Amino acid sequence: MSFETVLQQAQQSGNFQPLVDGIPYANLIGLKFQRFGQDVLFHLPANENNIGNPILPAIHGGVIGGFMELAASLHLMMTMDTAALPKMIDFSLDYLRAGRHQDTFAECQVWRQGSRVANVAITAWQTERTSPIATARAHFLLAR
Amino acid sequence: MSLSVKTRAERFLATLRHCQVLGLTVESAQDNVLIMRLPYSEQIVGNPVTGTVHGGSLTTLMDTACGTAVFSSLPGFELCPTLDLRMDYMKAATPNRDLYAEARVTRVASSVVFTECEVFQGEERDLVAKCAATFMRIGENMTPPEFRALIELGSDVTPTGAAQ
Repeated sequence: MSFETVLQQAQQSGNFQPLVDGIPYANLIGLKFQRFGQDVLFHLPANENNIGNPILPAIHGGVIGGFMELAASLHLMMTMDTAALPKMIDFSLDYLRAGRHQDTFAECQVWRQGSRVANVAITAWQTERTSPIATARAHFLLAR
Repeated sequence: MSLSVKTRAERFLATLRHCQVLGLTVESAQDNVLIMRLPYSEQIVGNPVTGTVHGGSLTTLMDTACGTAVFSSLPGFELCPTLDLRMDYMKAATPNRDLYAEARVTRVASSVVFTECEVFQGEERDLVAKCAATFMRIGENMTPPEFRALIELGSDVTPTGAAQ
């Protein structure tokens, strides 16, 4: 079954788990999600294999970035009527605090969806939503 | 004991668990230019239809290449956290081909280090992504001694701090 078919089925049924299961990188880092109506909460459970700095220990900054990128593209597919995987054009990521070896959460906000490009803001936190460990902004090229 | 730039870079990379999972290697390292390789593998695929790797694996490649270039170009043993990253994805990476990141330290200031990086594939240097990254200098005396030991002595030492 093609990815587009899986996406279409997910958008019709509202069950996005098979779609996420079909993305190897999501399985590698262990991304999970929960939907609350139009809101989506992304969850990255603590995982030894995601550690960068072994002394702190801290999650590799690249994994935090990858988790946020994946969250943004999934958020678009879950909330918008997009026919294919949105293509990331650019991604700007600010690290605010060390990501400790514990569970991480992320939520997204689509600030603008044009006919070709979407602008998405992503916030990631661990213990307190109001003390984010990273904030990011991504531009996606939407499939026509 | 004076370690070569490449040895410093390789030992730094060896401490990063997630980079071992991805199979990152240091291809070459000079004073302020470093080339790092990300081998193509099924586990990092982001688009199962095309087999293209996910941008997140390139984020890790670029963050690590820049961070390693910073670490191995500074005179002491300074662990510099990433302040920010800005990535441009020029085109989808071709499946089944390894990715190479060439990272360059453009300016070392007293509190901040500036870097830039390009990711390409093949001998024709097909450009896939670009990045500008900034790192904070926390100072050599803020770097944990266990970490310094990992770099000075290589893989013979296990990170005792990690289990605590």
